[in-house]
Order: sequence, then structure tokens, then C-alpha cells
Amino acid sequence: MRKWLTSSASETQITHGRRLWLYAYGALVMLYLVVPSLIVVPMSFSGSQYLSFPPREWSLRWYQSYFTSREWMEATWVSLRVGILTMLVATPLGTLAAYGLHISRSRWNGLAMMILVTPIIVPVILIGIGIFYVYVQISLLNTLTGLVIAHTMLALPLVILVVASGLKSFDMNQEMAARSLGAWRPVAFLRVTLPQIRFSVITSALLAFLTSFDEVIVALFISGGENSTLTRKMFLALRDQIDPTIAAISTVMILVTTSLLAMSQFFGKSGD
Amino acid sequence: MRAGSTLLHAAELYRDEHRERLRLFSLSLPALILVICVLVIPVGWLFWLSFISDAGQLSLEHYRRLASQASYARIFRTTFEVSFYTTALCILLGYPLAYLLAQMPRRLAAICMIAVMLPFWTSVLVRTYAWLALLQRQGVINSWGMEAGFWSEPLPLVHNLSGTLIGMTHIMLPYLVLPLYGSMKAINSDYLKAAANLGASPVRAFWLVYLPLSMPGLVAGSAIVFILCLGFYVTPALLGGGKVILVSMRIATDIEMFFNWGAASALGVVLLVLTLVLLFLASRIADFDRLAGGAR
Repeated sequence: MRKWLTSSASETQITHGRRLWLYAYGALVMLYLVVPSLIVVPMSFSGSQYLSFPPREWSLRWYQSYFTSREWMEATWVSLRVGILTMLVATPLGTLAAYGLHISRSRWNGLAMMILVTPIIVPVILIGIGIFYVYVQISLLNTLTGLVIAHTMLALPLVILVVASGLKSFDMNQEMAARSLGAWRPVAFLRVTLPQIRFSVITSALLAFLTSFDEVIVALFISGGENSTLTRKMFLALRDQIDPTIAAISTVMILVTTSLLAMSQFFGKSGD
Repeated sequence: MRAGSTLLHAAELYRDEHRERLRLFSLSLPALILVICVLVIPVGWLFWLSFISDAGQLSLEHYRRLASQASYARIFRTTFEVSFYTTALCILLGYPLAYLLAQMPRRLAAICMIAVMLPFWTSVLVRTYAWLALLQRQGVINSWGMEAGFWSEPLPLVHNLSGTLIGMTHIMLPYLVLPLYGSMKAINSDYLKAAANLGASPVRAFWLVYLPLSMPGLVAGSAIVFILCLGFYVTPALLGGGKVILVSMRIATDIEMFFNWGAASALGVVLLVLTLVLLFLASRIADFDRLAGGAR
């Protein structure tokens, strides 16, 4: 221990001992980052109306109130359906676009890329009211279709950026080889290129799902009635008063996110 | 084949290549059309609406109102203040963390990186809710503090500026740490060895060598955080409790309560222009493309 304290910690020859304050500070910052993301999990098993940590009595009453509420269940299904549909539409569209832009070397590439990343640059509130304005006029308001279209647009830049970075590390000569041996380009793509960039594609698909599943603002404006998303319902509930049922819902959402990420890690590892 | 046809072949090949390029480019058309229809056209429409007066004529009425009314000036000032404080807090918390992460042994860094990635992946709504549960009057922090006897009355921690800043900093911190970590990882440690070799104390070497070299990452991260804060809605709307009104919240109420499209659009256009200007300025200092690759 003493040896470690007096040993050099970086290239500037500062010792670990002289930097202990920095380690403590870093640990506190990490706690600040992690604790609020996880504290809802134990709190959701509390038995009392006021969430305390650690809970004074344990119970599953908030889970019961979530799983037996028709409204919350409906909203959950809407969110899941929209998320899956968004994933199914955004992933192929984004992958095609990333592939096309990667190999075409057209002079329009720069402009196309600029347009395709606008969804992550324009403030979401502006996107929300813009789509609301248009949807009112073409009666797509409060529909599942409208929601999927909007969320697909929001997810596209992420899919394109992730797949493009996957393509960057892929050697296009392999596809050329397949084509020179007589494979039609779509076949060469599906059998040679796609299997090798599949980690990027799977990651981008999960990102697309999460983008939709976690999205609040656009859903706030364009979904409603029986097609309200889970996040919209949660936001409105939180604005009025704090219902502990939301702790149970949050825990379920954390579970969904972490299992998806674990899955993406798993798929990624098994291939390389 | 005739001998004179080589030139013709060249032209033919060129045309073929051109056609091929267009065909490949057209693969991006479905995505492009979607973004244009669902984003460019609606936002363009708002842009147009912002120049239409309440009487239905082309005018700068809404912008003139933005410039003259004190309530708008206050909202813009609050937005800038909140964004500035949040960015400053993120730098204060994030720089040392990224610095440590960049110097850790690989395996330890991978474990500690989870602390940054976990909140990054958790839904903003869930994290905002967690802060509400922690900070409210009967919340975890107040009940702990009062039980331990640190204070006797519940402290007003949320539904005000401090709650907004605590929550927003938490949401934004990963956006600062990730690009910063990427650029710190790219710093060649030989420079620091050279500084130490030439007699610089560790502190001096940090200020004169390390900090300037990490600047591109710091600028990029801070710019991302500041820009995201300018348009942030969910967290300030829930943690501010109506006391902290940002531009995004005013846009939402203009639409939800008053259906005042002109005013909301004008505010939105100003917000968009501010975002683009800041992004442009930041991109002149920091190379975003390289950083996006470095953070992964």
C-alpha cells in the first residue's frame, strides 16, 4: 500500500499519494452518476406511499398497481409496438442509406449526409410541434402509423452513423471479389458484407428501438388517446403528482434497456 | 471492333460509372425522403409561419414582439443562465473524471466506464423521476437529513433552479465525458514525459501541456452540452416546477394552451439559429467527426 502511494501515477511523475483527493473526487462523481440511475429499483419495492430508501417495508404493491392498470398496460403495449416497428423500419432504411453513401462517391453525398443527420441537430421541441402541425392536416395525429414514421425519422441518423462506422472498418475489396466472381450486387451485400457488419447493424437496431421507446417530446405532441405512449403517460403523471407506480415502471424500463444492451454485447462478442 | 472506338469506350465507361454512382446514391433516397417529409418540410413550414402576422400578412410581428417584450428577454436569459451553469458544472465534475479514466489501466477503466454509460443509456424520464424522488420534500435526501438532525425543516431542493441544475447536470455529464475521454486518450504521453524531463512540476506540466492538448475534446463536449441544454425540455419542465421557464417550455405552452403558432414558431426559429451558430463556432475549434470516432 505504501509502495503504491509513493509510486508514480502518470508520466508527470506525480505519486498516487499526492493524488488521493483526485481519486476520491472521481469516485464521488461516479456515485453521482450511478446512484440516481439505480435507486429507483429498490425504491419500487417499497410498501409506503412516500418512497424512502431503504424502504421501511417491502412489498410488490406498485408492481401490482402497474400490471393491473389497464391504462398503463395499454400504454406499455403501444410503446413496445411502436418501438419494434420503428426498429424494423429504421434499421433497413438506415443501413441502405449508409451503404449507398459509403460506396457511391456521388457529389451529392455531403448534402445527403447533412440532411440525414438533421434530426439530431434540430431541437426536439421544434421537431415535435412541426410534426404536430403537419399531422393535424393529414390526420395522422394520435395514430400508430404517425408515431412510427416520426420515431423512424428520429432514429435514422443514429442507425446511419453506427452502420457507417461499421462499414469504415470493413474491407470493400471482399465485396468486389464476390462480384467479380459473378455475384449480383445485392447478393454480394447480403452474403459477404452484411454478415461482417452485423454487429453494427444489430447495435443500430437496438438504438432505434431505444430511441423510440424512450422518446418523450414528439410523443407528447402527436400521440394521445388510446395510442398514448408509456413515456407520454409517465411525463403527464409526473407533472401532476408523483405516483409511486412510476418507480415500478421505471424499474421495468431499466430492465428492458440493460437486457437489450447485454444482448448487443453478447451478439458482438460471439462474432469477432 | 474498329480501332477508333477506344475513345467511344472511354465515354461509355464513364457514363456507366456515372449511372452506377447515381444508382448507388439512390439507395439513400428512402431515408432522405423520410427526413425531408417529416422534418425539413414541417420545420420549414414553422419557419414560414413565424413570418405570418396574426392578421395573416407577411410581417416581422412575432420577431418584433420577441425583441420588445420583457417576458421573452427573461426567458432567454434564464435559458442561457441554466445552460451556462449546467455546462460549467459538467466541466467541473466531468474533466477530473475523464482525466482519471484516461489514465487508468485498461481493465479498471472499462469497469469505471460503466458508471458513465449506465446513466447514458437509462431513459431521461426515469432519471428525472429518480431525482424527483430523491429531492422532493418527503424525498430520500430530506428524510435522511432530518433524521440525522442536519436540518429540521425540509429543504426546498426541487421545483426550483437548484433542482433543475442538479438533474440537468446529471443527464448531460456523459455527453461531456465521452468526447473528452476520446481526446484525452489520443494525447501522446511523450509530451508529458518531456515536460517532466525538462523540470516541470506535475501541476505545471498539467496546465501547460495536458490541458491545452485536451482542449478540442473539452470544447466539443461543452458545446454539445450547451446546445442540448438550450433546447432541453423534459427535465427542466419536471424539476423546475414552473419557476424555471426555458425557451422550449414557452414554445410548448404557446402551442398547448394558446395555439399561438406564430409566436411558438418564431421562438423555435431563434432557438434553431442559435443552435446552428454555436455548432458552427464549435466545429471550427473541435473536429467533431474525429471525436465521434475516438469516443467509441
